[in-house]
Amino acid sequence: MKMIKRVGSIALAAAMVVSLAACGGNSDKKESASSDTFKIGGIGPTTGDAAIYGTAVQNGAQLAVDEINEAGGINGKQIEYKFEDDQSDSEKALNAYNNLKDWGMQMLVGTVTSTPCTSVVEETQADNMFQLTPSATAENSIQYENAFRMCFSDPNQGTASADYIADNGIATKVAVIYNSSDTYSTGIYQKFAEEADAKGLEVVAAEAFTADQNKDFSVQIQKAKDAGAELVFLPIYYQEASLILAQAKKADFTPKYFGCDGMDGLLALEGFDTSLAEGVMFLTPFTADAEDEATQTFVNDYKEKFGETPIQFAADAYDCVYVIKAAAEKAGITPDMSVSDICDAVKGAMTEITYDGLTGKQITWGADGEPTKLPTVVVVEGGKYKVLEEN
Amino acid sequence: MSFISYFINGLSLGSVYAIIALGYTMVYGIAKMLNFAHGDVIMVGAYVSLLSMTQAGVSPMIAILISMVVCTVLGVLVEKIAYRPLRNASSSLAVLITAIGVSYLLQNIALLVFGANAQTFPSVVKWEGVALAGGKLKISGETIITIAVCIVIMILLMLFVQKTKPGQAMRAVSEDRGAAQLMGINVNSTISLTFAIGSGLAAVAGVLLCSAYPSVTPYTGAMPGIKAFVAAVFGGIGSIPGAFIGGLLLGIIEILGKAYISSQMADAIVFAVLIIVLLVKPTGLLGKKIQEKV
Repeated sequence: MKMIKRVGSIALAAAMVVSLAACGGNSDKKESASSDTFKIGGIGPTTGDAAIYGTAVQNGAQLAVDEINEAGGINGKQIEYKFEDDQSDSEKALNAYNNLKDWGMQMLVGTVTSTPCTSVVEETQADNMFQLTPSATAENSIQYENAFRMCFSDPNQGTASADYIADNGIATKVAVIYNSSDTYSTGIYQKFAEEADAKGLEVVAAEAFTADQNKDFSVQIQKAKDAGAELVFLPIYYQEASLILAQAKKADFTPKYFGCDGMDGLLALEGFDTSLAEGVMFLTPFTADAEDEATQTFVNDYKEKFGETPIQFAADAYDCVYVIKAAAEKAGITPDMSVSDICDAVKGAMTEITYDGLTGKQITWGADGEPTKLPTVVVVEGGKYKVLEEN
Repeated sequence: MSFISYFINGLSLGSVYAIIALGYTMVYGIAKMLNFAHGDVIMVGAYVSLLSMTQAGVSPMIAILISMVVCTVLGVLVEKIAYRPLRNASSSLAVLITAIGVSYLLQNIALLVFGANAQTFPSVVKWEGVALAGGKLKISGETIITIAVCIVIMILLMLFVQKTKPGQAMRAVSEDRGAAQLMGINVNSTISLTFAIGSGLAAVAGVLLCSAYPSVTPYTGAMPGIKAFVAAVFGGIGSIPGAFIGGLLLGIIEILGKAYISSQMADAIVFAVLIIVLLVKPTGLLGKKIQEKV
């Protein structure tokens, strides 16, 4: 009996070894089969609350990939591009990441929103995969060496907003309504409060809400109104901002509004009364109304292909793919290299390149992954975004 | 002045909770089950009236009527298909789990049909509201209409239950289903009627909720549904005036808690109050009376 057991376990072990070997063999085959193209994956919400962002990123990156492929690819190799939906949810983002890894992804453009990005970066760090997020702004979304971003970080946005409001004399009494259950929103708020203090702005009310309490803003609005705020700073996403605008109007409260890049998309909201947004200002690195040639070509191509005007997330994603191209060419990588070798080569090249794109000129990156570039402020006028000239 | 404004906003939010809680409490009182899908019927009502207004272009009043009809039919169908076969199941948990299943089913169907994107809900109240005390106190039209509708519904429902034959049948079924059946009351149709009324009210609540906070998603009904359930328990589940008072109190506590304690802790405060009430009065505020009656 004992003997049989032992034989059985040896046979089992042998079977396992064989099947493992078979696995190894398979994956080798997979890699060599795909070694002729670079595989770039993307993750972001194409459904759910932040769907406008994910779809824009998906389309913007697709446009860049198609252009690059048409022009001969990266180092003469074509790019394959695949995008997975995460509904702006950490768990779904990890599933999406694993799906893309199974597909053979070598570099990641994503994820689009901060909270999922902060979870995914743990995985890319463990796998040593190069990651460039177009729009995740939280500080720890790119806390490891393998991760970079195209957009401003939250602290940068908070500081830049306070500077802009103070330097241009837009208001002195400021109220803030922020989402305390969201890293993006709290991150901006904290830096904003610090910088506002330093710049002599008076934060008369700082009211929080949470994801479960994001419908009724009557209390926050009433408090801002009672405190005599001239301006309400909204470091939140456009969905909640639209509710605040509507409820403030009902309460006869008409301050100025200032937001960050999360406000982008406000005018595209289904059924939204755009007159409510009149005069709303927000920081954004890109606006489709800019007159320069690069922007106009991009906007026209995007409209032709996807039938709508691109928002900044599309431009960020478009830039991301070109930045990867620039860094990849600098590093001289080839598709048959392993994910980890690609990452090591590209992350070194990232700190050496200077990139001129849609979302900024002369952009450079530090080893911490943060970009250096100037912010732009836009204002809603007549139902359209318009660039505000800085004084 | 701001206290009055907070109070009125709380009253308005509480009115919506109260209307939803009425559906919970009636179904519990008569069918002795917790219909967790009730919150999602609100969402269906909101979507139906939204589509009637934006796609079919009918007036808000007609849209509300259409969504009431759709929700009533939906409520009765859900009861017939999902709950009735389980009514005499050995475990009362079976029907509770089914209700949670129906809730997810409705949410996911809405997700498939309407997508996860939030849609902006056009206001059904065209009235600007009133500004008192030289513009310092502004009460919006939605707020006033919501409170008024809630009071009217409450009065009509009390009259219906106390004064009409079907209302008497409901009370009888709620007191003793077996005895009511022996007295010649059709228990099935009485329970169906209860679901019909509850779901029709849910449609009204959906429209009011989405008018005040103008956005609809497939999850719109989930949180108000839970809050309304709390309101029903708070007031004493099974009691109609209890649901009314529980809903109003819950709304007021939530808004005042947000205003004077912490805007992030509103939910924690609401649930803390619920725990205290249940510790002191385990049957809820008005629950005792019902128990004596039974």
